[in-house]
Amino acid sequence: MLRGRWLQWGITVFTLAVFLLVIVTGLFGTPAGNHNFGIVYVWLVWWALLKLLLVPLMGRFWCSVCPIPAPGDWLQRRAIITPRPGGKLYTVATKLLRRPGSAGARPWPKLLRNIWVQNLGFLSVALFSALILTSPLATALILLGFILVSLLVSLFFERRAFCRYLCPIGGFVGVYGQMAPVAVRVKDPAVCASHTDKACYVGSDAGYGCPYSNVLQKLETNTTCSMCGECLRTCNKDNIAFYVRMPGADLLDTRGRRLDEAFNGLMMLGAAFIYSVVLIGPDGPLKVTARAVGTPGWFIYAAALLAFNLVAVPGLFWLCVRVGQALTGKPKAVIGQFAARNRKRESLFADYATVLVPLGLAIWVAFTLSFTLTNLSYAWSALSDPFGWGWNLFGTASIAWTPYLSGMIPYLQVPVLLVGLIIAVALGLRTAHQHQQPSVAALPVSAFCALAVVGLLTLYMA
Amino acid sequence: MRETSRQGTSRQEPALSLPKGNRAIGTLNAAPAEHRRFSLRKAQWFAGGVTIALVLAALLAPLPVVGAPPQEQRITISAHTFAFEPGTVRVNRGDTVVISLESTDVVHGLYLDGYSISTQAEPGRPGELRFTADRGGAFHFRCAVPCGNLHPFMIGKLIVGPNLTWLRAVAASLIATAGALVVFWRT
Repeated sequence: MLRGRWLQWGITVFTLAVFLLVIVTGLFGTPAGNHNFGIVYVWLVWWALLKLLLVPLMGRFWCSVCPIPAPGDWLQRRAIITPRPGGKLYTVATKLLRRPGSAGARPWPKLLRNIWVQNLGFLSVALFSALILTSPLATALILLGFILVSLLVSLFFERRAFCRYLCPIGGFVGVYGQMAPVAVRVKDPAVCASHTDKACYVGSDAGYGCPYSNVLQKLETNTTCSMCGECLRTCNKDNIAFYVRMPGADLLDTRGRRLDEAFNGLMMLGAAFIYSVVLIGPDGPLKVTARAVGTPGWFIYAAALLAFNLVAVPGLFWLCVRVGQALTGKPKAVIGQFAARNRKRESLFADYATVLVPLGLAIWVAFTLSFTLTNLSYAWSALSDPFGWGWNLFGTASIAWTPYLSGMIPYLQVPVLLVGLIIAVALGLRTAHQHQQPSVAALPVSAFCALAVVGLLTLYMA
Repeated sequence: MRETSRQGTSRQEPALSLPKGNRAIGTLNAAPAEHRRFSLRKAQWFAGGVTIALVLAALLAPLPVVGAPPQEQRITISAHTFAFEPGTVRVNRGDTVVISLESTDVVHGLYLDGYSISTQAEPGRPGELRFTADRGGAFHFRCAVPCGNLHPFMIGKLIVGPNLTWLRAVAASLIATAGALVVFWRT
């Protein structure tokens, strides 16, 4: 089933149809968000599916059926379903430059082979989130922008460069996808080592090379794997498999983590707090200010959001790592070792940031629960009346707003947060041990995690 | 599977040619290490079990509720431009709460989570809610009538004290943190 193309293609076509409806209803439908298909199905239905089910259970699987890169894929492949011989890809570079190798396409610039741009993209979206979440037109325009940029990028750069390096959603979906209990990995690395064809990377008659430019032999985490199944199709040694595993297995080795992914975790944590205060909190004028883009009040809000996400949260976390290091009482290095020491600090900071994956995911699940369950019933009326024009296509337009399980939300949030907290503390200690630090070094980071959970509980329950 | 040497003899059974002392030292060192690992694992499981029990106790154990004697609380909430004013309302458990909802711009509603009751108001025509606050904790109240773009986020909070739900959750979080530290701590 995973090797077949029809299921994945079918889901992608369905999501593309929904996506186009979202754009059309956003552009031409009612501006009242809760009566507009675009707002209801993107920010309630899709977001709830993504955060509550897809990411925790399937990692980055959404990316493999996401409609945004689909048109670019089809253009680059010059095929809709069945691949061309050799899984060849075509870009403008193929025509103009006729470069040998990489199927003639241009590789993504080395300097940008990280998720910093995705982090910046997420922050930019976060600045306008109160507007985007409530304005169908803004949602439609931003999605239209995504699809156009994705299409443009696929014309010039090989594979899914947009998804891997630019998409603001792809960044955190990849980072949190490490918690998923499923993965696609090689069965025996020795087979890959002796296999020079690397059909999983370059493609073959059976399929395309990895759309995310992964060399499967080196793939160790779900961060850049959408489980699209291309490698399962192309590996002629049958050496790649779909695994069900312990949740969070990707995080067990905390060494050699990346700073861009660490910052993603920190920004996501900060954003969850900002959203919880602004959107779920009782301060009405703050909500209005956050939505009034361009006003002096909004600039203050934007500055506060940036300062909190880029300075306060990372600064506090950095301080915790440093205090942990100081608690170990190691002798100070001599001046000649300054650069090495700095490198180690940076590495420790990024490695300890693995705790933010289970913690952040739990916090985002709790945040998502706080508003999706109470508003999900708008999906019925929006389904029958997507434009808010008074239609009743499926007879569900008159179903009144009914909050689902609203009294149960705190009882769902608390266990999720506790599980996330326990895994985070355990990972903090594991990080210390894997860096030959005594357990005491993980105390400040554990306190940071506890503070984050208690802070969120206070925002929601006190 | 049991590993065997090239000669086919088991690695777990030392070769006869080895000096007796070597074998004895190896056995003596290995046994306490194995024993220590086993004891550590047992202690970890025990600490984990105690942590879960304490977390569950913090969340669920019945506690005597001591508070002010019940009284009638009359509260006027003004609804306008995606906000309730006051945004946070505090009452005591057992109080009879009478909420008068006044709208100063368009039609607004008030739905109270946890109690599943609602009312609505329009300018000049207030709505009223009357109920006994018999459940402790924090409960969001939200606008129940679509009133504009920020309508889904027009939210206020009713806190029925003593707020044991929050205190229990905070206590459970601190116990969970301490428990996880104890379980995974290495000396």
